[in-house]
Amino acid sequence: MSALDVVVDSAVVAKRNLIKIKRVPDLLVATTLSPIMFVLLFAYVFGGAIDPTGGGAAYREFLIAGIFAQTVVFGAVITGAGLAEDVRKGIIDRFRSLPMAPSAVLTGRTLSDVVNNVLVLIVMSLTGLLVGWRINTSFLEALWGYLLLLIFAYAISWVLAFIGLLVPSPEVVNNASFIVIFPLTFVANTFVPLDTLPGPLRVFAEWNPVSSVTEAARNLFGNPDPDPNAVEPTVWSLAHPELYTLIWAAAVLVVFVPLANMQYRRAASR
Amino acid sequence: MSNAIRATGLVKRYGSVTALDGVDLTVREGSVLGLLGPNGAGKTTVVRILTTLLRPDAGEAEVAGLDVFADPRGVRRRLGLSGQYAAVDEYLTGFENLDMIGRLYHLGRRRARERARELLAQFDLVDAGDRPAKTYSGGMRRRLDLAGALVASPPVLFLDEPTTGLDPRSRTDMWAVIQKLVAGGTTLLLTTQYLEEADVLADDIVVIDHGRVIARGTADQLKAQVGGERLEVTVADAAQLAEVSRLLAPLGVGAPVLDEHRRSMAMPVSGGVELLRGALDRIVDAGVKVDDAGLRRPTLDDVFLTLTGETTEEDVA
Ligand SMILES: Nc1ncnc2c1ncn2[C@@H]1O[C@H](COP(=O)(O)OP(=O)(O)OP(=O)(O)O)[C@@H](O)[C@H]1O
Ligand SMILES: [Mg+2]
Repeated sequence: MSALDVVVDSAVVAKRNLIKIKRVPDLLVATTLSPIMFVLLFAYVFGGAIDPTGGGAAYREFLIAGIFAQTVVFGAVITGAGLAEDVRKGIIDRFRSLPMAPSAVLTGRTLSDVVNNVLVLIVMSLTGLLVGWRINTSFLEALWGYLLLLIFAYAISWVLAFIGLLVPSPEVVNNASFIVIFPLTFVANTFVPLDTLPGPLRVFAEWNPVSSVTEAARNLFGNPDPDPNAVEPTVWSLAHPELYTLIWAAAVLVVFVPLANMQYRRAASR
Repeated sequence: MSNAIRATGLVKRYGSVTALDGVDLTVREGSVLGLLGPNGAGKTTVVRILTTLLRPDAGEAEVAGLDVFADPRGVRRRLGLSGQYAAVDEYLTGFENLDMIGRLYHLGRRRARERARELLAQFDLVDAGDRPAKTYSGGMRRRLDLAGALVASPPVLFLDEPTTGLDPRSRTDMWAVIQKLVAGGTTLLLTTQYLEEADVLADDIVVIDHGRVIARGTADQLKAQVGGERLEVTVADAAQLAEVSRLLAPLGVGAPVLDEHRRSMAMPVSGGVELLRGALDRIVDAGVKVDDAGLRRPTLDDVFLTLTGETTEEDVA
Protein backbone atom coordinates (compact mmCIF):
# COMPACT_ATOMS: atom_id res chain seq x y z
CA MET A 1 0.00 0.00 0.00
CA SER A 2 1.40 3.33 -0.96
CA ALA A 3 1.51 6.43 1.19
CA LEU A 4 -0.45 8.14 -1.56
CA ASP A 5 -3.31 5.68 -1.07
CA VAL A 6 -3.49 6.64 2.58
CA VAL A 7 -3.63 10.34 1.75
CA VAL A 8 -6.21 9.99 -1.02
CA ASP A 9 -8.40 7.56 0.93
CA SER A 10 -8.28 9.79 4.02
CA ALA A 11 -9.34 12.74 1.91
CA VAL A 12 -12.25 10.75 0.46
CA VAL A 13 -13.42 9.77 3.94
CA ALA A 14 -12.94 13.32 5.27
CA LYS A 15 -14.99 14.67 2.37
CA ARG A 16 -17.79 12.31 3.29
CA ASN A 17 -17.86 13.61 6.86
CA LEU A 18 -17.70 17.22 5.73
CA ILE A 19 -20.71 16.68 3.47
CA LYS A 20 -22.54 15.63 6.59
CA ILE A 21 -21.59 18.87 8.36
CA LYS A 22 -22.84 20.81 5.36
CA ARG A 23 -26.06 18.85 5.04
CA VAL A 24 -26.92 18.74 8.73
CA PRO A 25 -26.17 22.28 9.90
CA ASP A 26 -28.03 21.44 13.11
CA LEU A 27 -24.89 19.64 14.12
CA LEU A 28 -22.80 22.82 14.05
CA VAL A 29 -25.61 24.68 15.80
CA ALA A 30 -25.80 21.95 18.45
CA THR A 31 -22.06 22.05 19.12
CA THR A 32 -22.00 25.83 19.42
CA LEU A 33 -25.29 26.41 21.14
CA SER A 34 -24.28 25.20 24.57
CA PRO A 35 -20.94 27.09 24.61
CA ILE A 36 -22.79 30.24 23.58
CA MET A 37 -25.13 29.63 26.50
CA PHE A 38 -22.11 29.18 28.74
CA VAL A 39 -20.66 32.48 27.56
CA LEU A 40 -23.88 34.30 28.39
CA LEU A 41 -24.39 32.44 31.65
CA PHE A 42 -20.90 32.92 32.99
CA ALA A 43 -20.37 36.39 31.60
CA TYR A 44 -23.61 37.89 32.80
CA VAL A 45 -24.95 35.66 35.58
CA PHE A 46 -21.92 34.39 37.49
CA GLY A 47 -19.42 36.91 36.14
CA GLY A 48 -20.26 39.59 38.65
CA ALA A 49 -19.61 37.20 41.53
CA ILE A 50 -16.38 35.88 40.03
CA ASP A 51 -14.82 39.11 38.83
CA PRO A 52 -13.21 40.93 41.77
CA THR A 53 -12.97 44.19 39.85
CA GLY A 54 -16.71 44.21 39.27
CA GLY A 55 -18.37 45.17 36.02
CA GLY A 56 -17.41 41.88 34.39
CA ALA A 57 -15.69 43.25 31.28
CA ALA A 58 -12.29 41.91 32.33
CA TYR A 59 -13.86 38.59 33.28
CA ARG A 60 -15.50 38.24 29.88
CA GLU A 61 -12.11 38.61 28.22
CA PHE A 62 -10.68 36.03 30.56
CA LEU A 63 -13.57 33.63 30.03
CA ILE A 64 -13.50 33.23 26.26
CA ALA A 65 -10.30 31.17 25.92
CA GLY A 66 -11.68 28.79 28.54
CA ILE A 67 -14.86 28.45 26.55
CA PHE A 68 -12.82 27.74 23.40
CA ALA A 69 -10.99 24.92 25.16
CA GLN A 70 -14.18 23.45 26.55
CA THR A 71 -15.94 23.67 23.20
CA VAL A 72 -13.27 21.84 21.22
CA VAL A 73 -13.14 19.10 23.86
CA PHE A 74 -16.92 18.70 23.73
CA GLY A 75 -16.65 18.68 19.96
CA ALA A 76 -14.44 15.61 20.06
CA VAL A 77 -17.41 13.66 21.35
CA ILE A 78 -18.83 14.04 17.85
CA THR A 79 -15.92 11.98 16.58
CA GLY A 80 -16.73 9.20 18.98
CA ALA A 81 -20.47 9.26 18.55
CA GLY A 82 -20.12 9.51 14.76
CA LEU A 83 -17.86 6.48 14.61
CA ALA A 84 -20.13 4.50 16.91
CA GLU A 85 -22.99 5.29 14.57
CA ASP A 86 -20.94 4.19 11.57
CA VAL A 87 -20.16 0.92 13.31
CA ARG A 88 -23.79 0.36 14.18
CA LYS A 89 -25.05 1.09 10.70
CA GLY A 90 -22.56 -1.29 9.11
CA ILE A 91 -20.72 1.52 7.34
CA ILE A 92 -17.49 0.50 9.01
CA ASP A 93 -18.07 -3.06 7.76
CA ARG A 94 -18.45 -1.69 4.27
CA PHE A 95 -15.21 0.31 4.59
CA ARG A 96 -13.42 -2.71 5.98
CA SER A 97 -14.50 -4.83 3.04
CA LEU A 98 -12.96 -2.35 0.57
CA PRO A 99 -9.34 -2.50 -0.61
CA MET A 100 -8.69 0.93 0.89
CA ALA A 101 -5.99 1.95 3.36
CA PRO A 102 -7.39 0.76 6.73
CA SER A 103 -5.98 3.74 8.60
CA ALA A 104 -7.78 6.17 6.28
CA VAL A 105 -11.17 5.86 7.97
CA LEU A 106 -9.85 7.22 11.28
CA THR A 107 -7.46 9.70 9.74
CA GLY A 108 -10.24 11.02 7.53
CA ARG A 109 -12.63 11.24 10.44
CA THR A 110 -10.24 13.07 12.76
CA LEU A 111 -9.20 15.44 9.96
CA SER A 112 -12.77 16.37 9.15
CA ASP A 113 -13.26 17.08 12.83
CA VAL A 114 -10.43 19.59 12.67
CA VAL A 115 -12.41 21.41 9.98
CA ASN A 116 -15.48 21.20 12.18
CA ASN A 117 -13.47 22.68 15.06
CA VAL A 118 -12.28 25.54 12.88
CA LEU A 119 -15.90 26.39 12.11
CA VAL A 120 -16.83 26.10 15.77
CA LEU A 121 -13.93 28.37 16.79
CA ILE A 122 -15.02 30.96 14.25
CA VAL A 123 -18.57 30.99 15.60
CA MET A 124 -17.29 31.17 19.19
CA SER A 125 -14.82 33.95 18.37
CA LEU A 126 -17.65 36.01 16.89
CA THR A 127 -19.69 35.39 20.01
CA GLY A 128 -16.68 36.47 22.07
CA LEU A 129 -16.28 39.66 20.08
CA LEU A 130 -19.93 40.47 20.69
CA VAL A 131 -19.53 40.26 24.47
CA GLY A 132 -16.38 42.36 24.46
CA TRP A 133 -13.58 39.82 24.07
CA ARG A 134 -10.59 41.13 22.13
CA ILE A 135 -7.29 39.76 20.89
CA ASN A 136 -4.67 42.10 22.32
CA THR A 137 -1.61 40.55 20.67
CA SER A 138 -0.11 40.13 17.23
CA PHE A 139 -1.74 38.16 14.44
CA LEU A 140 0.91 35.42 14.61
CA GLU A 141 0.54 34.97 18.35
CA ALA A 142 -3.23 34.71 18.00
CA LEU A 143 -2.84 32.22 15.15
CA TRP A 144 -0.55 30.10 17.29
CA GLY A 145 -3.14 30.23 20.06
CA TYR A 146 -5.84 28.90 17.75
CA LEU A 147 -3.46 26.28 16.39
CA LEU A 148 -2.68 25.01 19.88
CA LEU A 149 -6.38 24.66 20.57
CA LEU A 150 -6.78 22.67 17.35
CA ILE A 151 -3.80 20.41 18.08
CA PHE A 152 -5.17 19.73 21.53
CA ALA A 153 -8.61 18.97 20.12
CA TYR A 154 -7.09 16.67 17.50
CA ALA A 155 -5.46 14.57 20.21
CA ILE A 156 -8.74 14.33 22.15
CA SER A 157 -10.49 13.27 18.93
CA TRP A 158 -8.33 10.15 18.84
CA VAL A 159 -9.26 9.26 22.41
CA LEU A 160 -12.92 9.54 21.49
CA ALA A 161 -12.34 7.64 18.24
CA PHE A 162 -11.09 4.73 20.31
CA ILE A 163 -14.05 4.96 22.67
CA GLY A 164 -16.51 5.25 19.78
CA LEU A 165 -15.21 2.02 18.25
CA LEU A 166 -15.11 0.27 21.59
CA VAL A 167 -18.67 1.15 22.57
CA PRO A 168 -20.75 0.84 19.44
CA SER A 169 -23.67 2.96 20.56
CA PRO A 170 -23.69 6.71 19.96
CA GLU A 171 -25.85 7.32 23.03
CA VAL A 172 -23.51 5.44 25.35
CA VAL A 173 -20.52 7.27 23.88
CA ASN A 174 -22.25 10.58 24.52
CA ASN A 175 -23.19 9.80 28.08
CA ALA A 176 -19.96 8.05 29.03
CA SER A 177 -17.79 10.81 27.60
CA PHE A 178 -19.46 13.53 29.55
CA ILE A 179 -18.69 11.74 32.79
CA VAL A 180 -15.04 12.30 31.93
CA ILE A 181 -15.30 15.53 30.02
CA PHE A 182 -17.30 17.53 32.54
CA PRO A 183 -14.76 17.30 35.37
CA LEU A 184 -11.94 17.71 32.86
CA THR A 185 -13.32 20.97 31.53
CA PHE A 186 -14.73 22.36 34.78
CA VAL A 187 -11.99 21.43 37.24
CA ALA A 188 -9.65 23.71 35.39
CA ASN A 189 -8.98 27.39 34.89
CA THR A 190 -11.63 27.56 32.17
CA PHE A 191 -14.13 29.61 34.15
CA VAL A 192 -12.34 30.74 37.28
CA PRO A 193 -8.76 31.58 38.14
CA LEU A 194 -7.07 28.58 39.77
CA ASP A 195 -6.20 30.31 43.03
CA THR A 196 -9.88 30.13 43.93
CA LEU A 197 -9.81 26.29 44.03
CA PRO A 198 -9.20 24.27 47.23
CA GLY A 199 -6.12 21.97 47.70
CA PRO A 200 -6.45 18.64 45.85
CA LEU A 201 -8.81 20.04 43.20
CA ARG A 202 -6.30 22.77 42.57
CA VAL A 203 -3.47 20.28 41.97
CA PHE A 204 -5.67 18.35 39.55
CA ALA A 205 -6.60 21.56 37.79
CA GLU A 206 -3.00 22.74 37.57
CA TRP A 207 -1.89 19.59 35.77
CA ASN A 208 -5.08 19.27 33.77
CA PRO A 209 -4.16 19.80 30.10
CA VAL A 210 -7.39 21.72 29.63
CA SER A 211 -5.91 24.30 32.00
CA SER A 212 -2.63 24.44 30.15
CA VAL A 213 -4.20 24.88 26.73
CA THR A 214 -6.50 27.54 28.17
CA GLU A 215 -3.59 29.30 29.84
CA ALA A 216 -1.59 29.16 26.62
CA ALA A 217 -4.47 30.56 24.59
CA ARG A 218 -5.04 33.36 27.11
CA ASN A 219 -1.40 34.33 26.98
CA LEU A 220 -1.36 34.23 23.19
CA PHE A 221 -4.57 36.26 22.88
CA GLY A 222 -3.45 38.67 25.61
CA ASN A 223 -6.38 38.01 27.95
CA PRO A 224 -5.03 38.29 31.50
CA ASP A 225 -6.47 37.20 34.84
CA PRO A 226 -9.16 39.74 35.78
CA ASP A 227 -7.67 40.07 39.27
CA PRO A 228 -5.01 42.80 38.96
CA ASN A 229 -3.24 41.38 42.03
CA ALA A 230 -3.02 37.83 40.60
CA VAL A 231 0.45 36.29 40.58
CA GLU A 232 1.85 34.40 37.63
CA PRO A 233 1.42 30.62 38.08
CA THR A 234 4.55 28.90 39.27
CA VAL A 235 3.63 25.25 38.69
CA TRP A 236 5.62 23.94 35.71
CA SER A 237 2.61 22.94 33.61
CA LEU A 238 1.21 26.45 33.70
CA ALA A 239 4.51 28.27 33.60
CA HIS A 240 5.18 26.47 30.30
CA PRO A 241 1.63 25.96 29.07
CA GLU A 242 2.46 25.70 25.36
CA LEU A 243 5.13 23.07 25.84
CA TYR A 244 3.07 21.14 28.35
CA THR A 245 0.07 21.11 26.00
CA LEU A 246 2.21 19.89 23.11
CA ILE A 247 3.83 17.13 25.19
CA TRP A 248 0.44 16.06 26.40
CA ALA A 249 -1.05 16.01 22.90
CA ALA A 250 1.91 14.02 21.59
CA ALA A 251 1.60 11.48 24.39
CA VAL A 252 -2.11 11.02 23.75
CA LEU A 253 -1.50 10.54 20.04
CA VAL A 254 1.28 8.01 20.62
CA VAL A 255 -1.04 5.93 22.77
CA PHE A 256 -4.41 6.36 21.12
CA VAL A 257 -3.61 6.35 17.40
CA PRO A 258 -2.44 2.71 17.54
CA LEU A 259 -5.17 1.74 20.02
CA ALA A 260 -7.92 3.22 17.87
CA ASN A 261 -6.52 1.61 14.72
CA MET A 262 -6.36 -1.74 16.47
CA GLN A 263 -9.95 -1.38 17.59
CA TYR A 264 -10.97 -0.39 14.06
CA ARG A 265 -9.68 -3.68 12.70
CA ARG A 266 -11.83 -5.62 15.13
CA ALA A 267 -14.89 -3.41 15.05
CA ALA A 268 -18.03 -5.35 14.30
CA SER A 269 -21.48 -4.08 13.58
CA ARG A 270 -22.73 -5.67 16.78
CA MET B 1 -14.81 -25.90 -13.32
CA SER B 2 -12.92 -24.28 -10.46
CA ASN B 3 -14.26 -22.97 -7.20
CA ALA B 4 -14.60 -19.25 -6.62
CA ILE B 5 -15.22 -19.75 -2.91
CA ARG B 6 -13.88 -22.55 -0.79
CA ALA B 7 -14.14 -22.80 2.99
CA THR B 8 -13.04 -25.72 5.11
CA GLY B 9 -13.69 -26.41 8.75
CA LEU B 10 -14.68 -22.87 9.77
CA VAL B 11 -15.05 -22.57 13.51
CA LYS B 12 -15.95 -19.40 15.36
CA ARG B 13 -16.70 -19.11 19.05
CA TYR B 14 -17.95 -16.13 21.03
CA GLY B 15 -17.26 -17.06 24.60
CA SER B 16 -19.46 -20.04 25.28
CA VAL B 17 -21.48 -19.54 22.07
CA THR B 18 -20.23 -21.59 19.15
CA ALA B 19 -21.39 -19.56 16.18
CA LEU B 20 -19.75 -21.88 13.63
CA ASP B 21 -18.89 -25.47 14.37
CA GLY B 22 -16.91 -26.67 11.37
CA VAL B 23 -18.57 -25.33 8.24
CA ASP B 24 -17.37 -26.54 4.82
CA LEU B 25 -18.65 -25.09 1.60
CA THR B 26 -17.63 -24.51 -1.97
CA VAL B 27 -19.13 -22.33 -4.66
CA ARG B 28 -18.31 -23.10 -8.29
CA GLU B 29 -17.23 -20.19 -10.41
CA GLY B 30 -20.27 -18.50 -11.93
CA SER B 31 -22.77 -20.33 -9.74
CA VAL B 32 -25.04 -19.24 -6.93
CA LEU B 33 -24.93 -20.79 -3.50
CA GLY B 34 -27.85 -20.19 -1.19
CA LEU B 35 -26.84 -20.35 2.45
CA LEU B 36 -30.05 -21.08 4.24
CA GLY B 37 -30.68 -21.04 7.95
CA PRO B 38 -32.89 -19.70 10.71
CA ASN B 39 -31.97 -16.74 12.96
CA GLY B 40 -28.68 -17.28 14.70
CA ALA B 41 -27.68 -20.19 12.46
CA GLY B 42 -24.34 -18.58 11.64
CA LYS B 43 -25.01 -17.20 8.15
CA THR B 44 -23.66 -13.72 8.81
CA THR B 45 -20.65 -15.17 10.58
CA VAL B 46 -19.77 -17.20 7.47
CA VAL B 47 -20.14 -14.10 5.29
CA ARG B 48 -18.04 -11.96 7.63
CA ILE B 49 -15.25 -14.51 7.66
CA LEU B 50 -15.21 -14.92 3.88
CA THR B 51 -15.24 -11.15 3.33
CA THR B 52 -12.17 -10.62 5.59
CA LEU B 53 -14.14 -8.86 8.34
CA LEU B 54 -13.71 -11.58 10.93
CA ARG B 55 -11.03 -14.13 11.71
CA PRO B 56 -12.26 -17.62 12.52
CA ASP B 57 -10.82 -19.65 15.39
CA ALA B 58 -10.08 -22.46 12.96
CA GLY B 59 -10.48 -23.26 9.30
CA GLU B 60 -9.29 -22.20 5.89
CA ALA B 61 -10.90 -20.03 3.28
CA GLU B 62 -10.18 -19.05 -0.29
CA VAL B 63 -11.99 -16.48 -2.37
CA ALA B 64 -11.21 -15.96 -6.06
CA GLY B 65 -8.19 -18.20 -5.68
CA LEU B 66 -6.65 -16.14 -2.87
CA ASP B 67 -6.19 -17.10 0.76
CA VAL B 68 -8.59 -14.90 2.74
CA PHE B 69 -6.31 -14.63 5.78
CA ALA B 70 -2.96 -14.37 4.01
CA ASP B 71 -4.02 -11.81 1.41
CA PRO B 72 -7.08 -9.95 2.71
CA ARG B 73 -6.42 -6.91 0.55
CA GLY B 74 -6.20 -8.98 -2.61
CA VAL B 75 -9.45 -10.67 -1.67
CA ARG B 76 -11.13 -7.32 -0.98
CA ARG B 77 -10.24 -6.17 -4.47
CA ARG B 78 -12.15 -9.12 -5.90
CA LEU B 79 -15.27 -9.18 -3.77
CA GLY B 80 -18.37 -7.14 -3.33
CA LEU B 81 -20.35 -7.25 -0.09
CA SER B 82 -23.82 -6.17 0.74
CA GLY B 83 -24.26 -6.82 4.43
CA GLN B 84 -27.36 -7.77 6.34
CA TYR B 85 -28.19 -4.15 7.15
CA ALA B 86 -27.95 -1.72 4.27
CA ALA B 87 -24.69 0.17 4.86
CA VAL B 88 -25.86 3.34 3.22
CA ASP B 89 -24.64 6.73 4.38
CA GLU B 90 -27.88 8.58 4.94
CA TYR B 91 -26.44 12.05 4.68
CA LEU B 92 -24.87 11.44 1.32
CA THR B 93 -26.87 11.28 -1.88
CA GLY B 94 -27.09 7.99 -3.74
CA PHE B 95 -24.54 9.31 -6.19
CA GLU B 96 -22.15 10.41 -3.46
CA ASN B 97 -22.39 7.04 -1.75
CA LEU B 98 -21.40 5.19 -4.92
CA ASP B 99 -18.80 7.75 -5.93
CA MET B 100 -17.13 7.43 -2.54
CA ILE B 101 -16.99 3.64 -2.81
CA GLY B 102 -15.54 3.91 -6.30
CA ARG B 103 -12.81 6.22 -5.03
CA LEU B 104 -12.02 3.81 -2.22
CA TYR B 105 -11.70 0.98 -4.75
CA HIS B 106 -9.20 3.34 -6.42
CA LEU B 107 -11.08 3.54 -9.68
CA GLY B 108 -9.92 7.13 -10.06
CA ARG B 109 -12.03 10.24 -9.88
CA ARG B 110 -13.48 10.12 -13.39
CA ARG B 111 -14.17 6.41 -13.54
CA ALA B 112 -15.74 6.46 -10.05
CA ARG B 113 -18.23 9.11 -11.17
CA GLU B 114 -19.07 7.32 -14.39
CA ARG B 115 -19.56 4.07 -12.56
CA ALA B 116 -21.82 5.74 -9.97
CA ARG B 117 -24.07 7.08 -12.75
CA GLU B 118 -24.11 3.70 -14.50
CA LEU B 119 -25.17 1.93 -11.33
CA LEU B 120 -27.85 4.49 -10.48
CA ALA B 121 -29.32 3.85 -13.91
CA GLN B 122 -29.03 0.09 -13.56
CA PHE B 123 -30.78 0.14 -10.20
CA ASP B 124 -33.51 2.53 -11.18
CA LEU B 125 -32.26 5.26 -8.88
CA VAL B 126 -31.55 7.98 -11.42
CA ASP B 127 -34.31 10.28 -10.18
CA ALA B 128 -33.35 9.78 -6.56
CA GLY B 129 -29.61 9.82 -7.25
CA ASP B 130 -29.05 13.38 -6.13
CA ARG B 131 -31.22 13.22 -3.02
CA PRO B 132 -29.75 12.31 0.37
CA ALA B 133 -30.25 8.59 1.02
CA LYS B 134 -32.12 9.57 4.19
CA THR B 135 -35.15 10.13 1.97
CA TYR B 136 -34.99 6.66 0.40
CA SER B 137 -37.45 3.85 1.05
CA GLY B 138 -36.21 0.53 2.44
CA GLY B 139 -36.21 -1.00 -1.02
CA MET B 140 -34.25 1.91 -2.50
CA ARG B 141 -31.67 1.67 0.27
CA ARG B 142 -31.27 -2.01 -0.36
CA ARG B 143 -30.77 -1.39 -4.05
CA LEU B 144 -28.26 1.35 -3.34
CA ASP B 145 -26.40 -0.95 -0.97
CA LEU B 146 -26.32 -3.69 -3.59
CA ALA B 147 -25.13 -1.15 -6.15
CA GLY B 148 -22.32 -0.31 -3.71
CA ALA B 149 -21.25 -3.94 -3.73
CA LEU B 150 -21.02 -3.85 -7.53
CA VAL B 151 -18.99 -0.69 -7.96
CA ALA B 152 -15.78 -2.52 -8.85
CA SER B 153 -17.63 -5.19 -10.88
CA PRO B 154 -16.25 -7.84 -8.56
CA PRO B 155 -16.14 -11.47 -9.75
CA VAL B 156 -17.38 -12.73 -6.38
CA LEU B 157 -20.37 -11.30 -4.62
CA PHE B 158 -21.68 -11.81 -1.09
CA LEU B 159 -25.24 -10.79 -0.28
CA ASP B 160 -26.38 -11.25 3.31
CA GLU B 161 -30.18 -11.44 3.37
CA PRO B 162 -30.63 -9.04 0.46
CA THR B 163 -34.43 -9.03 0.60
CA THR B 164 -35.13 -9.10 4.33
CA GLY B 165 -37.55 -6.33 5.18
CA LEU B 166 -38.68 -5.74 1.60
CA ASP B 167 -42.30 -5.94 0.52
CA PRO B 168 -43.20 -8.75 -1.91
CA ARG B 169 -43.03 -6.47 -4.91
CA SER B 170 -39.57 -5.08 -4.05
CA ARG B 171 -38.46 -8.60 -3.30
CA THR B 172 -39.31 -9.90 -6.77
CA ASP B 173 -37.70 -6.78 -8.26
CA MET B 174 -34.55 -7.57 -6.29
CA TRP B 175 -34.63 -11.15 -7.50
CA ALA B 176 -34.75 -9.95 -11.09
CA VAL B 177 -31.74 -7.72 -10.47
CA ILE B 178 -29.80 -10.57 -8.90
CA GLN B 179 -30.70 -12.99 -11.69
CA LYS B 180 -29.43 -10.54 -14.26
CA LEU B 181 -26.15 -10.19 -12.39
CA VAL B 182 -25.67 -13.89 -12.15
CA ALA B 183 -26.42 -14.30 -15.85
CA GLY B 184 -23.40 -12.06 -16.38
CA GLY B 185 -21.15 -14.68 -14.77
CA THR B 186 -20.77 -13.34 -11.23
CA THR B 187 -20.26 -15.94 -8.52
CA LEU B 188 -22.72 -15.34 -5.72
CA LEU B 189 -23.03 -16.46 -2.15
CA LEU B 190 -26.41 -15.46 -0.88
CA THR B 191 -27.80 -15.96 2.59
CA THR B 192 -31.48 -16.06 3.21
CA GLN B 193 -34.17 -17.18 5.59
CA TYR B 194 -36.63 -17.40 2.73
CA LEU B 195 -36.74 -20.82 1.26
CA GLU B 196 -38.53 -19.62 -1.80
CA GLU B 197 -35.71 -17.19 -2.42
CA ALA B 198 -33.08 -19.92 -2.37
CA ASP B 199 -35.32 -22.00 -4.63
CA VAL B 200 -35.60 -19.19 -7.17
CA LEU B 201 -32.03 -17.90 -7.11
CA ALA B 202 -29.64 -20.63 -6.01
CA ASP B 203 -28.03 -23.43 -8.01
CA ASP B 204 -26.93 -25.14 -4.82
CA ILE B 205 -28.15 -24.83 -1.31
CA VAL B 206 -26.38 -25.33 1.98
CA VAL B 207 -28.63 -25.47 5.02
CA ILE B 208 -27.01 -24.52 8.30
CA ASP B 209 -28.34 -24.55 11.80
CA HIS B 210 -26.53 -24.02 15.09
CA GLY B 211 -23.32 -23.40 13.14
CA ARG B 212 -23.36 -26.76 11.37
CA VAL B 213 -24.21 -27.81 7.85
CA ILE B 214 -27.26 -30.01 8.11
CA ALA B 215 -27.96 -30.54 4.42
CA ARG B 216 -26.66 -29.61 1.01
CA GLY B 217 -27.62 -30.14 -2.60
CA THR B 218 -29.78 -28.62 -5.29
CA ALA B 219 -33.28 -27.52 -4.40
CA ASP B 220 -34.66 -30.63 -6.11
CA GLN B 221 -32.28 -32.95 -4.28
CA LEU B 222 -33.27 -31.44 -0.96
CA LYS B 223 -36.93 -31.79 -1.78
CA ALA B 224 -36.44 -35.41 -2.80
CA GLN B 225 -34.80 -35.99 0.55
CA VAL B 226 -38.06 -35.10 2.23
CA GLY B 227 -40.24 -37.10 -0.13
CA GLY B 228 -42.02 -36.95 -3.45
CA GLU B 229 -45.47 -35.76 -4.36
CA ARG B 230 -48.50 -35.98 -2.14
CA LEU B 231 -52.15 -36.15 -3.01
CA GLU B 232 -54.29 -33.96 -0.81
CA VAL B 233 -58.07 -34.08 -0.74
CA THR B 234 -60.41 -31.97 1.41
CA VAL B 235 -64.01 -33.18 1.66
CA ALA B 236 -67.10 -31.14 2.40
CA ASP B 237 -68.34 -33.47 5.11
CA ALA B 238 -65.88 -34.94 7.60
CA ALA B 239 -68.05 -38.03 7.93
CA GLN B 240 -67.04 -39.06 4.42
CA LEU B 241 -63.33 -38.82 5.08
CA ALA B 242 -62.96 -42.50 5.94
CA GLU B 243 -64.72 -43.53 2.76
CA VAL B 244 -62.50 -41.33 0.59
CA SER B 245 -59.47 -42.73 2.27
CA ARG B 246 -60.66 -46.30 1.56
CA LEU B 247 -61.36 -45.41 -2.07
CA LEU B 248 -58.01 -43.80 -2.71
CA ALA B 249 -55.67 -45.93 -0.62
CA PRO B 250 -54.94 -48.35 -3.51
CA LEU B 251 -53.52 -45.43 -5.56
CA GLY B 252 -50.93 -44.39 -2.98
CA VAL B 253 -47.32 -45.44 -2.49
CA GLY B 254 -47.81 -44.97 1.24
CA ALA B 255 -50.62 -44.95 3.76
CA PRO B 256 -53.11 -42.05 3.78
CA VAL B 257 -52.98 -39.68 6.73
CA LEU B 258 -56.31 -38.21 7.84
CA ASP B 259 -56.91 -34.87 9.47
CA GLU B 260 -60.49 -34.86 10.79
CA HIS B 261 -60.26 -31.29 11.91
CA ARG B 262 -59.39 -29.94 8.49
CA ARG B 263 -61.55 -32.61 6.79
CA SER B 264 -58.54 -33.53 4.69
CA MET B 265 -56.52 -36.52 3.66
CA ALA B 266 -52.92 -36.60 2.46
CA MET B 267 -51.09 -39.51 0.92
CA PRO B 268 -47.72 -39.99 -0.78
CA VAL B 269 -48.22 -40.82 -4.47
CA SER B 270 -46.36 -41.03 -7.73
CA GLY B 271 -47.92 -40.68 -11.13
CA GLY B 272 -48.59 -36.98 -11.52
CA VAL B 273 -51.66 -35.59 -13.27
CA GLU B 274 -52.86 -38.99 -14.54
CA LEU B 275 -53.06 -40.19 -11.00
CA LEU B 276 -54.87 -37.08 -9.90
CA ARG B 277 -57.48 -37.61 -12.60
CA GLY B 278 -57.97 -41.24 -11.59
CA ALA B 279 -58.39 -40.21 -7.98
CA LEU B 280 -60.96 -37.54 -8.83
CA ASP B 281 -62.92 -40.06 -10.98
CA ARG B 282 -63.17 -42.43 -8.07
CA ILE B 283 -64.37 -39.71 -5.72
CA VAL B 284 -66.95 -38.36 -8.14
CA ASP B 285 -68.22 -41.85 -8.98
CA ALA B 286 -68.76 -42.47 -5.28
CA GLY B 287 -70.78 -39.25 -5.07
CA VAL B 288 -68.56 -37.65 -2.43
CA LYS B 289 -68.49 -33.87 -2.39
CA VAL B 290 -64.94 -32.43 -2.34
CA ASP B 291 -63.91 -28.89 -1.49
CA ASP B 292 -60.39 -29.20 -2.77
CA ALA B 293 -58.10 -31.77 -4.31
CA GLY B 294 -54.59 -31.51 -5.65
CA LEU B 295 -51.06 -32.72 -5.92
CA ARG B 296 -48.57 -31.04 -3.68
CA ARG B 297 -44.82 -31.15 -4.20
CA PRO B 298 -42.78 -30.56 -1.07
CA THR B 299 -41.54 -27.01 -0.80
CA LEU B 300 -38.28 -26.01 0.72
CA ASP B 301 -40.37 -25.07 3.72
CA ASP B 302 -41.09 -28.72 4.24
CA VAL B 303 -37.41 -29.49 3.76
CA PHE B 304 -36.44 -26.87 6.22
CA LEU B 305 -38.92 -27.90 8.86
CA THR B 306 -38.01 -31.54 8.50
CA LEU B 307 -34.30 -30.85 8.70
CA THR B 308 -34.25 -28.27 11.46
CA GLY B 309 -37.03 -30.11 13.28
CA GLU B 310 -34.79 -33.14 13.40
CA THR B 311 -31.88 -31.25 14.83
CA THR B 312 -34.00 -29.74 17.56
CA GLU B 313 -35.16 -33.21 18.52
CA GLU B 314 -31.58 -34.38 18.69
CA ASP B 315 -30.79 -31.47 20.97
CA VAL B 316 -33.59 -32.42 23.30
CA ALA B 317 -32.59 -36.08 23.38
N1 LIG C 1 -20.12 -10.36 18.09
C1 LIG C 1 -20.76 -11.42 18.63
N2 LIG C 1 -20.67 -11.67 19.95
C2 LIG C 1 -21.30 -12.72 20.50
N3 LIG C 1 -22.04 -13.59 19.83
C3 LIG C 1 -22.19 -13.40 18.51
C4 LIG C 1 -21.56 -12.31 17.84
N4 LIG C 1 -21.87 -12.38 16.53
C5 LIG C 1 -22.66 -13.46 16.40
N5 LIG C 1 -22.85 -14.08 17.57
C6 LIG C 1 -23.65 -15.32 17.80
O1 LIG C 1 -23.28 -16.27 16.83
C7 LIG C 1 -24.41 -16.97 16.36
C8 LIG C 1 -24.51 -16.86 14.86
O2 LIG C 1 -24.78 -15.53 14.53
P1 LIG C 1 -24.99 -15.03 13.04
O3 LIG C 1 -25.14 -13.56 13.09
O4 LIG C 1 -23.92 -15.57 12.17
O5 LIG C 1 -26.38 -15.70 12.67
P2 LIG C 1 -27.29 -15.48 11.38
O6 LIG C 1 -27.52 -16.83 10.78
O7 LIG C 1 -26.70 -14.45 10.51
O8 LIG C 1 -28.63 -14.98 12.03
P3 LIG C 1 -29.71 -13.90 11.49
O9 LIG C 1 -30.60 -14.64 10.55
O10 LIG C 1 -30.44 -13.50 12.72
O11 LIG C 1 -28.97 -12.79 10.85
C9 LIG C 1 -25.60 -16.41 17.11
O12 LIG C 1 -25.87 -17.26 18.19
C10 LIG C 1 -25.12 -15.07 17.58
O13 LIG C 1 -25.75 -14.71 18.77
MG1 LIG D 1 -27.32 -12.64 9.85
